[in-house]
Order: sequence, then structure tokens, then C-alpha cells
Amino acid sequence: MGAGAAVATIDACTPDVAKKAGKASTSNKDLHGKMLQNYPGIGVLGYGCMRWPQKRNEQGRNVIDQEEVNRLVDFALEHGVNYFDTSPVYLGGDSERATAEALNRHPRDKWKIATKMSVFNATTYEACVEMYRNSLRIFKTDYLDYYLLHGIGTLNDFNTRFKNTGAMDFLLKEREAGHIKNLGFSFHGNQEGFDQIIALHEQYHWDFVQIQMNYVDWEHPNGRNTRADYLYAELDKREIPIVIMEPLRGGALSDVPAQIADQLKAREPERSIASWAFRYVGSFPRVLTALSGMTYMEHLQDNLESFLDFQPLDDEEKKFLLDVATLMEDYPLVKCTACNYCMPCPYGINIPGIFKFYNDNITADTFVKSKEQKDYTRKRRKYLLAYNEAIPTVRQADHCIACRRCERDCPQNIRIPDELRRIDRYIESLKRETLE
Amino acid sequence: MLRKTRIVLAALFITGITLLFLGIGHNWWGWMAKLQFLPSLLALNFAVIIGILLLTLLSGRIYCSVICPMGIFQDLVLWIRRKGGEKMQKRQARRIRKLKEQGSDARITVRQYTKKFEYRKEHRLVRYSVLALSVVSIFVSGQMLIALIAPYSAYGRMVRSIAATGTDSMTLPLLVTGLLTLVIICLCAWRWGREYCNTVCPVGTFLSLFSRFSLFRPVIDESKCVNCARCARGCKASCIDFKTHKIDYSRCVDCFDCIETCQEGALEYKYAGFCKCTPKDAGPAVKAGADSVDQGRRAFLATGVVVAAGSVVHAQDHMHGGLAEVIDKKTPERSERLVPFGAGSVKSFYDHCTACQLCVSACKNGVLQPSSDLGHFLQPYMSYEDGYCRPECTACSQVCPAGAIKPVTVEQKQTIRIGVAKVNLDLCLPAQGKDSCGNCSYHCPSGAIRMVRQQGSRNQIPTVSEDRCIGCGACENLCPSRPISAITVDGLSIHRNA
Repeated sequence: MGAGAAVATIDACTPDVAKKAGKASTSNKDLHGKMLQNYPGIGVLGYGCMRWPQKRNEQGRNVIDQEEVNRLVDFALEHGVNYFDTSPVYLGGDSERATAEALNRHPRDKWKIATKMSVFNATTYEACVEMYRNSLRIFKTDYLDYYLLHGIGTLNDFNTRFKNTGAMDFLLKEREAGHIKNLGFSFHGNQEGFDQIIALHEQYHWDFVQIQMNYVDWEHPNGRNTRADYLYAELDKREIPIVIMEPLRGGALSDVPAQIADQLKAREPERSIASWAFRYVGSFPRVLTALSGMTYMEHLQDNLESFLDFQPLDDEEKKFLLDVATLMEDYPLVKCTACNYCMPCPYGINIPGIFKFYNDNITADTFVKSKEQKDYTRKRRKYLLAYNEAIPTVRQADHCIACRRCERDCPQNIRIPDELRRIDRYIESLKRETLE
Repeated sequence: MLRKTRIVLAALFITGITLLFLGIGHNWWGWMAKLQFLPSLLALNFAVIIGILLLTLLSGRIYCSVICPMGIFQDLVLWIRRKGGEKMQKRQARRIRKLKEQGSDARITVRQYTKKFEYRKEHRLVRYSVLALSVVSIFVSGQMLIALIAPYSAYGRMVRSIAATGTDSMTLPLLVTGLLTLVIICLCAWRWGREYCNTVCPVGTFLSLFSRFSLFRPVIDESKCVNCARCARGCKASCIDFKTHKIDYSRCVDCFDCIETCQEGALEYKYAGFCKCTPKDAGPAVKAGADSVDQGRRAFLATGVVVAAGSVVHAQDHMHGGLAEVIDKKTPERSERLVPFGAGSVKSFYDHCTACQLCVSACKNGVLQPSSDLGHFLQPYMSYEDGYCRPECTACSQVCPAGAIKPVTVEQKQTIRIGVAKVNLDLCLPAQGKDSCGNCSYHCPSGAIRMVRQQGSRNQIPTVSEDRCIGCGACENLCPSRPISAITVDGLSIHRNA
């Protein structure tokens, strides 16, 4: 960790503290134990603030449920979760505000904030600086614990957005002045791009790097994205702390196909499916924190059960998970993590909603495979009804005109229009009963 | 026994037909709709017509008590009226008894709560004029006039107006007409029993021409009759003249209530031969010169063509998440109406349709809607704002009892042309140099739309092979241009084969 990163107030939970806190909180779950820390002062379970709970307001629009956010944040801090990752663009631009509101109810030294310079297309120095200063304003602070260049994939990408605009020089000065404790970047892209950007370590000294890592991406990333085992090894070699994003692949690893779920449950019947994914990433010592977008209290509690008094996976268990990942490649799942970067689609398509519907039916085995299948008529009917129920007709896949704007923004490198058309062809074959 | 059988059959029919209008179980009770008189007449379904007429000649207007949903519905209203009345009557009796026991000498006005009918003369002039007008309106293609008072379709609209309220397929005219019918029918039945059937209903009047000669009928045995008037008071058709021991068989709907009521056993349903026991008979006076129907109003709800330049909502910034607003589509101007596959032609469709709304309730794609146009009031038309006529669906053609939409198979449907698409390049995204698109071409089930590189332009624009287009509306519905699609479908006045 960088020299400037030494805010090492160790506020880990002793069993006693946790028990007391558990009673004081609104939850009746009795969680205790010591939060895993690979680097002093940072809980390995980190809070991703991209999926805060939402509710409908009087105008029928979705807004963040602040009351619930406060409750989640309080509970998280009580149990040693103190790293909060947000961005100016999350949740329609409202995530930073909601996160700040919840965190500022606690002393500044109890939490670490990570936010990002989320400029994506052609931009200017002024826009970059304004975005940075705005984050400081929102969090009512004069320093950010972690600051990321949001989602870079190639050197060219880095140059156009941050170097040529002068934003990078500005950020380096801010780090020197102590306003940025740790400067890093989050990465989505191919191996060549990663090599280019990590080579800049000599010049800039990245204090940390945020990568997508989980037991599927370890060997089977989507499309041209880089294998996580390579990313991890490269960063480990340079001793750069790693922040993990999508340890659960946007929930996909908690909702695995039924046959695979059976295998996981056979080994650990009492543990959740999701816990495997968290214990996997928690078993790597270079991990600073693993971010989880815990929308509900139950998510938070389940994850805490994994990270309090953490038991790392042994090599056999890791191998088992990698085999599971290989098996999952056989299912026609769309590797969407519901990050919503593609949204809003200008034509109103509910892209993550359609992918989720499609994936959920595969994992829940309600997917209609063939006309010969048992219960074909009933399953077909149910599937089509459920599709209309889940996605309003004007937002369904057949309205996609393949303008391909979304494709640029997808960190998972999913060819969104092609996938939408694949799903549409499938649904069309169900409707017309032309399934094989 | 006869009465009980009648009630059981009637219950089956009204349940089946009501479920049909709720879109449930067409495979099981779809045949019930096909037994309806007016739809069968318009469908020229002679087997059913002759069947109904023979049944009437044999045993009177059983049709009106067992098959016609509107008749059964009125019986239901009357049943509720009677049960309610009996309850009130009992309550009153209890009250009186109580007062008497207490020795109170307060004066009590005894009220009559149960409905008592009495013999009334038929409204001959109204009856036959309505029948004549109906016959004329069929010949001058004014189905909508007769459809408003015809029992089966009026019942359908009543059910739809209640069941579809709150859904997208509901329109104000249908709601108003349906509810108005409901209120009028309920009031009329409550007050006058089967007066609607015997004065207004053209089907009832037509059947009465045969029922007066029916072979089996309820007959009063004068030797047994004690002139208690029970039968006449219970007769919802008001057709029993107990003083003369005559029954007007043109109005009797064969409910058999009187037979059950008579304590002397003086009433009997029996073979009476070809004698005419009705009070006087009058043949139908065909009145010519009925109002000619204003057919001029072809135009749909005028949709001001909103110039939809850049109608697609573009994201204002790069904030993540949320859904872009989707503007509702508006009905475009069509040079000719779109009527379903199987209709044959626009004229034939409107000549047969009784506006019963069965097809509207069967259409799962939101395509068929009741028209609010006066010339075709409540008769359905097709439009593609909420969906399109899916290639695998033939639901409307399977349910239509009037032959307005004749049955077609999925295979036949691919070969019938009901309309033709045309492109408005002023609204088309690629033609305007915005996004490349081609969604219409991609989804066209008949391969009629091809993307062509326009001369002197970089973008590919859609073109329609007119002879291949069947008019299903996939292109129109899935076109990203909103609120007016850049590709819209015009109806073909006479449907043809592709």
C-alpha cells in the first residue's frame, strides 16, 4: 500500500463489541467474530454502492430508499465493513449523495470512501476537476481515501480521457497534497490493454487496482476480457493491493443453474451459494477488499457470516470451484452483471432486465428446451406470460434496433444487440412453436 | 322437473358464455357462441338457424330461456328480485307478529315486496317496427343499429365493460354503451320482467312468429283452473290471461314457472297440435325507408400527425441506470381500415359483425379494438400501437360466431394479404441519417421489407415489396419512430392472396 495510505486505525470488531452491536441494531441476527483484514484497517468485505435499495416515490419514479441505506450502513460499520465504493454516475447519479448521507452520520475516521473519476467519452480538464471537487463536496470532506480512474481498458483510453486532458497531473498533485490518499484505476479490457496500463506503474505508482475477479472470471472471462488469474498474478508480482469487483458476477454466482447449486449444497448444505464466491476471493492475500453491492440486509448478513472469523478455502476447494466454473460454460447464460452501464437505452429497452429474465429461467430450470420435453405446453405458456410480466412489451428485446450504443459501455464486453436478438429469436421460436 | 332442467341448462350456458367473454376456455364452450341466433344469421350458418327455428316450432321459445345469455341474465335479475322480496316480506311479517304479541295497536302499512306480474297486452306496433327496422338495417349494412339491441352482443358488451375496465383494451364508448345497456336491462327486468325480450329484442320477435305455432306448449285446463291468478302473477313475460285461460305463445319464453306454481295442476306442458290459441295475430309489417346509415365517416380518430423529428428519446447524459421514457404510439392515418385475417373484405366484415366483442376479448396481442366511429360503432378494427397480428395466432377467427371473421389456419394466414405497409422516409431513422436501423425488415415474417442503399446516401433504408406484404403490422409496431411509426399499414378493401 502506498505511503500516503497509512490511516491505520484498527477498528476491527472484537467478539464482544459485535455482540453488543448486534443487539443494538434492528436486526435479530446474532453475528459475531473478527472481520477479515488483509491490510490493516480495511475490512475485506467492502460495500459496493451501485445497488442501493430503491423504492417508488409519489411520482412513481424509483428513488433510493435512504432510510434503508442508513440501516445497512450502520449495520455494516458495526461489523467491520468500512470500505464504501461509489461513483458519480451510479444509480442515475444519486449513489454518492445517498452514501454520503448515511456515512456522515458516523465519524470520518470510521469509514473509507472510494469514488471515481467517471468520465467516459471526450471530456475536458474542467469537467474532470469539477467531478472530483463535487465528490469532495458531497462527502463533506477534504480527502478521499481511494480515488479511481473509472473503467479504463487501453492506453489509448487512458490517454484521451486522463492524460491529454491534464486530469492525471491534477490528480497526482492532489495525492501529493494529501487530498487523495490512494490513487488507482478500475480495469475492464483485454490483456494487452492491461499490460499497457500496468506498465505505467513505474511512472505513476498505482496505490491499488480494482479488477473483476471471481471463480468464473478466473479462467473464463467474457469475450475479450482478461482472465482474472493473469490480472491477479501481475498485480501480486508488483505488490499492488487489489480491490475486487463483481466477486459474485452481479449476483450470477448466487443464482447458479440448479444442477450446479446441488453440487455446492452437497458440500456445504448450510452455507449459501453466494458464500462460495466470497470465500473464494477472500482466500487471496493480495485482496484489499472485495466489493459486494448488498441491496438487502440479508445479503449483508450472509456475507458477514463468511467474513467474520474467515476460513479460507483450501486448494482442493478452489479447484472444485474452478471445475464448477467450467461446467457453467455449458449453459447459454448471458454474462451480464446488471451494472446498468448500458442504461438507459435510448430506445427504452430494459437490457439488464431481459438478460436477468433469460438467465433466471435457465438457472431455475424453467427454460423451455425442446418441444419433446415433459410439460412443454405448460412451461412454454408460463415462460411467455412471465416474460410479459417481467418486461413491458415496449421494452422487450424485439424493439432493439441494434444501434450498438450500449455495446461501447458494457464493461463485460457483451455484444448486447446480438444477445438481445438471440433471446428474441428464442422467444419468437417459443411463440411460434418452432422450437426443435 | 321441466323448470329445473331449464335452470340447469341456462346456468351452464350463461357461465360458459360469460367465461368466453372473459377470454377463458374457448376450446370448451366456444360452441355456445356459435349457437346464437343473430351471429349465425349473419354468418349464414343455416344449420344453426334451421335448428333454432325447428326447436321453436316444436317447443316454443326455449331458446330465449336457455341459450340466449341476455334472457338468462334477466332471469337472474328477477331471481335476485324475488329472493330479496321474499326476505323483506318475511321481515315484515316478523315485525307485524312482534307488534301484535306486544299488543300494540299501532297501524302498520303492509307493503308488497315480492314482484307480482299481471297480464299485459303486447306492444305490437313497437315489436314489429323494431323487427322490420332490424331486417332493413341488415340489408343496408347498418349492422351497428341492430347490434346495439341484439341480445347476444349487448350481453357481450356488458361483460366486457365490466371485465375490461382498467385494461388497455377499454375504450370510453364501449364502457358507456356496455354500462348503459347493463343499467337499462337491469331496470327493465326489475320492473317489467321479460319486456325487453317481448318488445325490443328483434330475435325474440322473430322467434315469436314461429313459437305461436309450436307443437308443445303450456296449456291451461279450464276444468281444473280455479282462477287464483298465481300463474299470471308469476309470469315474467306477462303473457298469461288467466281470466280467459289464454296464453300468448308469441311471448311465452318457456320458463315453466307457471307449471310449477299451479297448485291445482291445471297447467300442463303438452302436445297441443297446430292450433292457434293466441289472441290475434299480425304478420310482420315490413317498413321500408328506414334511415339510411351514415357510412361516410370512415376516418379514424383524427390523429394529428405530430412531426416526430427525433422522436426517440436520447439519453441526456451518461448517468448509469434507469429507463428512458417510451412515448406511446399513436394511430396513424390509414387509407383503408384494417380488418382481421379471415374477414375477406372490409365490407363483408362490417356486414356480418354484431359488435359482440368476443374477438376483442380473444385478441391477446392488443390489436383488435372496438371502434368509436359512429358508422361502425363498437365494431372492432385492427391497429398496431400496442402489438401486431402475430403469425401463430388465429384466435379471433376461431371465436367469431357471426362469420365476420371466417376460420383460418396458421398456414392460410401466411398467404392472406389484409393490408400493405408503406414507409414514411421523413420519420425513418436511417433515412434521416440518424441511427442505422432495419428493425422492420428484421422482424417482417413474410420477407416483404428489404433494406436498400438509397442512391446518393450511405444509409440503408427500408423498402416494401407490395405484393409480399400481408399487413400483419410487425414493422409498424416495432418501428422505433414514436409516436407515429415511420412504416405504417393501410388496409386492403378486399383481402387477397399473397
